[in-house]
Amino acid sequence: MTTATPAAGAAPDEAPARKLYRSAEGRWLGGVAQGMAGHLALPVSWVRIVFFVLILANGLGVLLYAIFWFVVPLGAPRTTAAAPAGPPLRRRLLRRPHKRRLFAFLVLACALGVLGTNVQFPISGGYLWPLLIIGVGAAVVWRQADNSRRAHWAAATRDSRWLPLLRSAAGAVLVCLGVGTFVIGQHPAEATQSLSLVFQAAVAVVVGIALLAGPYLVRIVQDLSEERTMRIRAQERAEVAAHIHDSVLHTLTLIQRNAESPREVARLARAQERDLRAWLYKPAERSGPTEEEDKPAGLAESVRATAAEVEDHHGVPIEVVCVGDCPLDERLAAQLQAAREAMVNAAKYGDERGPVRVFAEVEGRTVFVSVRDRGPGFDPDAVPADRMGVRESIVGRMRRNGGSARVRSIPGEGTEVELTMERAE
Amino acid sequence: MNGTGTRDLPEERGARVVLVDDHRMFRAGVRAEIGRTEETGVEVVGEAGDVDQAVSVIKATRPDVVLLDVHLPGGGGVEVLRRSAELLSAPERPVRFLALSVSDAAEDVIGVIRGGARGYVTKTITGSDLVDAIFRVADGDAVFSPRLAGFVLDAFASSEAAPVDEDLDRLTQREREVLRLIARGYAYKEVGKELFISVKTVESHVSAVLRKLQLSNRHELTRWATARRLV
Repeated sequence: MTTATPAAGAAPDEAPARKLYRSAEGRWLGGVAQGMAGHLALPVSWVRIVFFVLILANGLGVLLYAIFWFVVPLGAPRTTAAAPAGPPLRRRLLRRPHKRRLFAFLVLACALGVLGTNVQFPISGGYLWPLLIIGVGAAVVWRQADNSRRAHWAAATRDSRWLPLLRSAAGAVLVCLGVGTFVIGQHPAEATQSLSLVFQAAVAVVVGIALLAGPYLVRIVQDLSEERTMRIRAQERAEVAAHIHDSVLHTLTLIQRNAESPREVARLARAQERDLRAWLYKPAERSGPTEEEDKPAGLAESVRATAAEVEDHHGVPIEVVCVGDCPLDERLAAQLQAAREAMVNAAKYGDERGPVRVFAEVEGRTVFVSVRDRGPGFDPDAVPADRMGVRESIVGRMRRNGGSARVRSIPGEGTEVELTMERAE
Repeated sequence: MNGTGTRDLPEERGARVVLVDDHRMFRAGVRAEIGRTEETGVEVVGEAGDVDQAVSVIKATRPDVVLLDVHLPGGGGVEVLRRSAELLSAPERPVRFLALSVSDAAEDVIGVIRGGARGYVTKTITGSDLVDAIFRVADGDAVFSPRLAGFVLDAFASSEAAPVDEDLDRLTQREREVLRLIARGYAYKEVGKELFISVKTVESHVSAVLRKLQLSNRHELTRWATARRLV
C-alpha cells in the first residue's frame, strides 16, 4: 500500500528551523500525513494508521486532518535533490496517485457517512446530504488552492490550462449546491419559524463563501509572513554590507594613502580588525543580558578596552587573553591603571619581535594581570632613582592599593610585569 | 607512499601538509610562507576550499598535517574532522589536524579541538612559529596558542557542578600552571625553565590537557558543542 514514499520528508531537515509543512509529493489527500511523517521522522504508514484509528474514535481523525489541512502550509517543493525514482518506475507510479486519491476520498466519504449516521443528536436527511456535499466541495476547493500555489512555485508547466479551472469550478459548484439544498431543502412549515430559517440560510451562505474564499485567504496570509521573514533577512544582509562598506573600505583607503608608513598601516589594520572581530564574534560570546550599555564593564572588558586604547595609540599589536571575569571595584581600577602603564611601557620599549601579551585571570578573590613584551629588557636595579615611571605608577600604585607588583626583566629576553590584587568584598 | 615509521627527527624527514581554507589568498600566503621546502622542511601537497574537496584531497594525499580552517563552506572544520575520523585514528601514519583560525569565538575553537584537532593557532601567527607548530603536531604533540590556553582554563575553571568523571573533568595543579604560562605567552622552553621541568614534561602535560579536553564530560563543553550542533 504505502510502498512508494519519496524522500520529500527529508528535505525540511535542511531548513534552519524545522517547521511542519504538508508535502505535495506522494500525498493521498492533503499531504498532512506525508508532511507529519517527514517532520516526526516516522514512516508515513504509521501516521496514516493513526489517522484511520482516530477516525474510528468518533471521527476525531477527520476533524484533526481537516484542521491540519487548514492551518499547515504546503511545503516548498524542494524535489530537485530528492527524486531518486527512475523513469520506468516513475511512469508506473504516475497512474497510482489517482487511485490513491480516489481511495482517500472514498475513506473520507465513508467516514463522514458513518459519522453522520452515528451522531447522537438527530440529523435529518435534509441536513446530512447538503453537509456531505458541502464537505466534498470544500475539500476539492482547498485542494485546488494547494495545486494552484504549487503551480505558482513550479513555473506552471501543466499540459492543460482548463483542468485546474474546471476543478475549482466543480468544487465551487458542489459547495453552492450543498448550500442551496440546505437553504431550499427546509420546508417552510410554520410562519413562526421563518425568522430562524432566514438566519440559518444566511449562516449557510456565509459559511459557503468562507469555504470558497478561505484557502486563498489563508495562503495569502502565509505568503505575507514568508515575505516578511525574507525582508528581515535582506535587511540584515544590507546592514552587514553597510558596516563593511563604512569601516573596512574606509580603512583600506586610509591604508592606501599611508602606504609609506608601515606603522600607521599596521595601526589602522589592527584597529579595523579588532572592530570587525568584536562586531562578528561578540554577540555569540555574550550570553547574559547585554542591553544595558551604561552598566560598568567587567574586568575582562576593561582590560580589552585598555589594551585597544594603547594599541591604537602606539601602533603595537597587543594580544589579550582573559580567564574569568568580575565586576570592577576601586582596587581593580587601580590595578587596571598600573596595567595600562605597563602596556604603554611595553609598547614603547618592546621590540618588533611579536606582540605584547596581556593575560588577566580572576581566580577566587585574587586578580592577576601580566603584561609581557619581547623587547630588549633592562636591569630593574639599574634604573636611576629619578625615573618615576615604573617605580611610582606601577609598583607604588599597586602597593598603595593593597596589591603587589613584580617586574621581571632579563636583558635580551623581554620584560614581564606581574600585578596581583585581592578583590575587595 | 613510504612506510617509514620514524618520527623522531622531523627536520630531516620533512612534513607533508594540506591547506584547507576557503580564502584562496590566505592559502597562497601560507603556502608562500611555509612552502619553501628546502628551508622549512614543509611540503604543501594539497589545498582545498570546502569540506568535500578537503575530505577527498586528504584521503588522496594522506598528509602528515592538515592546516584546517574552522569556518568552511559545507559544514566547517568539524565536518572535515568527522568525515576523516578513520584517518585520524589510523594505527600507522595518522593524519594530524592543526586548526588555523581567525575566529575568536570559544565554541568554534573548542569545537574543532573536541572534534580531534591536535591544536589551535590564530592566523596572526608568524611563519616560523607556524612551521614549529606543524612539526610539533606531526610528532603527535599538542599545540596550544595563548588564546586556546585561556579558553581551556576558562572552561575548566567554573566548577559549580560536580564533575562527571573526576580524572577527566579536572586539571591537575601542574597542568593549570603550564596552561597559565602558555596563556601568558611563554614558549614551551620558557615554561619548562619557569617550572623547573623539562620541555618533554611540558609537552606531556599539554598532551594530557588536550586529551581531557577531547574526552571530558564537562557540561560547559558539551553545551558549547551541542548548541552549535558540533557533536
